[in-house]
Amino acid sequence: MLSRKLRCLALVAGITAGFSISVSAQSTNIRIGGLATLDGPFVALGQEAFRAMEMAFEEANYTAGGRKIDWIKESSDGRPDVALTKARKLIEQDKVDILIGPMSGGEGLAIKEYAKTAPTKTFVNGFSAAQETTLVSPAANFFRFGADGAQWQAGLGNYVYDTKGYRNVAVVAGDYSFGYTQVLGFMSEFCAKGGKVIEKIWVPNGTKDFSSAIARIPNKADAVYIMMGGADSINFLTQYDQSGAKQPLILGSNVSDQTVLSAKGPFQRRLVGLPSAHMVADGIEDAVYKDYVAKYKKRFPDGLSSPSAPFYGYYVATKAVLAGLNQVAGDLSGDQAKFRAALSKLRLDMPAGQVSLDENRQAIANIYVTEVARAPDGSLYNKVVKVIPNVNQTLGQPREAFVARGVPSRDNPSCP
Amino acid sequence: MKLLLLASLNGITLAALYFIVASGFTLIFGMMRVVNLAHGSLYLIGAYLGHDVAALSGSFPLALAGGALGAALVGMAIHYFLLDRYQGDDLRQALVTIGLSIIAADLLLARYGGLSYQFELPEMFYGSMPMPIVGGYPIFRIVLIGLAIAVYLALWLLVQRTRFGIMIRAGVDDRHMLGAIGVNVPLISTLVFGLGAALVGFAGVVGSSALSIAPGEDARYLLSSLVVVIVGGMGSLPGAAIGALLIGLAEQIGLAYFPTYSIILSFVIMVAVLAWRPYGLLGRPA
Repeated sequence: MLSRKLRCLALVAGITAGFSISVSAQSTNIRIGGLATLDGPFVALGQEAFRAMEMAFEEANYTAGGRKIDWIKESSDGRPDVALTKARKLIEQDKVDILIGPMSGGEGLAIKEYAKTAPTKTFVNGFSAAQETTLVSPAANFFRFGADGAQWQAGLGNYVYDTKGYRNVAVVAGDYSFGYTQVLGFMSEFCAKGGKVIEKIWVPNGTKDFSSAIARIPNKADAVYIMMGGADSINFLTQYDQSGAKQPLILGSNVSDQTVLSAKGPFQRRLVGLPSAHMVADGIEDAVYKDYVAKYKKRFPDGLSSPSAPFYGYYVATKAVLAGLNQVAGDLSGDQAKFRAALSKLRLDMPAGQVSLDENRQAIANIYVTEVARAPDGSLYNKVVKVIPNVNQTLGQPREAFVARGVPSRDNPSCP
Repeated sequence: MKLLLLASLNGITLAALYFIVASGFTLIFGMMRVVNLAHGSLYLIGAYLGHDVAALSGSFPLALAGGALGAALVGMAIHYFLLDRYQGDDLRQALVTIGLSIIAADLLLARYGGLSYQFELPEMFYGSMPMPIVGGYPIFRIVLIGLAIAVYLALWLLVQRTRFGIMIRAGVDDRHMLGAIGVNVPLISTLVFGLGAALVGFAGVVGSSALSIAPGEDARYLLSSLVVVIVGGMGSLPGAAIGALLIGLAEQIGLAYFPTYSIILSFVIMVAVLAWRPYGLLGRPA
């Protein structure tokens, strides 16, 4: 009887003690929210994003600036309204201090607008790369340590004009802000050289059967530039192959990503030798980069054959947050002003080169022009053919002139 | 002219795929009035199991059989253990199957990951065949039409011309009377549910050969089946065929001529049909 009472008391005491520990721990831990896509067409990218955050946090032992980190994950399905709901949940219910995400172009625009209504928190972009997010009316507490979709295409237009000799190109691309951004990045060089984009076919996001879009590609095009999101491009490549079309392809950044190259299917044989460009390339011949790949393979044996671009995007974002927190010794007081000042001035040495921010808190970074190649073990990778160093958001043009040309859209730019 | 012809061909072949998926749905939902919102999950399960079989055996016909059989077993288990006891209680069945589809999606994501899968088709089905006017057309998409017609004929014969078909139709009209004359009604319904699930598992393998399979396809095919069955009329096999043709053609012709708005076209058709014939094109009041 007595022992039972004692045990009961001990239990209550234990629970209370545990409770008080967890409460005090909550007040000193830094809470970081991760927003990526584990639903919808970008699931493979979302898995990579959470792997990236996990690896970055583990490297730091879940500590930054002397404080422990609590990591709270949320999933969107790639649609702006869903991303917004999940971001609000993270900020308002889970009370995170810093939010890392989102994944996709349209989502980024929504989160940037939301950031303006939560000025005491800090938002660090994950992988979304629509140009407007940071170019037009940026939010003071929204940081993007990755290049945008137009930057990703730096060097590609010149490369296919000069080296491949293409003059007339048709475009088949996703009908959303990231698609417009990539096409603008490609066209700004290609059209300046004198190349013509003779037809632009915009396909709704989530299209699975592209055969009628393929039927519209004009015969006189020397090559076809394609850019679809996530899993959609695999369908396009298969249907393009089966349709018997012969024109060579130019790949938008998402199409040459490991989330596509690692997928299994007969479309793979079509890919070798196709040009693309991105902020990272798995063929980078550099000791730091190879070390990063080795770490990824060791940590995620069931992952891809090498880390994807979304992995890199979220990895750089998480590393930036950790570096910023270390610089201010975990001090998020004063509505995080010190932390944000530190973020703005960061110069990060990342596996694919140095990253710094411009006055709109948008990354300036290296871009890699690549061609798909087959590794000795049979897997596909992006072989680097050219590095374009320190590409900024206005692609080296004066800011006023660049902004005056307007945000990318279905009809902007145009050079038929 | 060439574009219109190509877009129509694409529409018809896409309709063939939609029909095979929706035929299982019209059997389960239209005829038996079992609300199964996990239909898309059965599509995914069939496709992934078929992929496993193909990886082990290297045979495409075996993959088709494996996908159909696997989905049928899962479907029968769902019906036997979860849905049969709520026969006639639509809301409960809807909630149970929505819950199931969420669980299935996460389990499949954990097992197969987020990457897309495709089947290696037998060499004779891959590539394109010569054709007048359009030049060439993918062989497998022509095969799709043949498969859809075969499924249609087989189902029609089964439902209209066999003893089993008579029992299905009798069970739809009066379940209790059928039981009173000595027929094991729960067994019949579980078998029909299994047949519907087998069809959608089969469609999963066919669909992921023509297109590809990845997480999220479940919701897509559930939606397309719902639209096809609603437009065509609940429980009507010819209705499902007509509905599939309308939706497939609308999607592809829309994609060819006004891609920006192609996505809403199928819903415009649905609204128009519902306004004009509330039970669908070939449906009749329950």
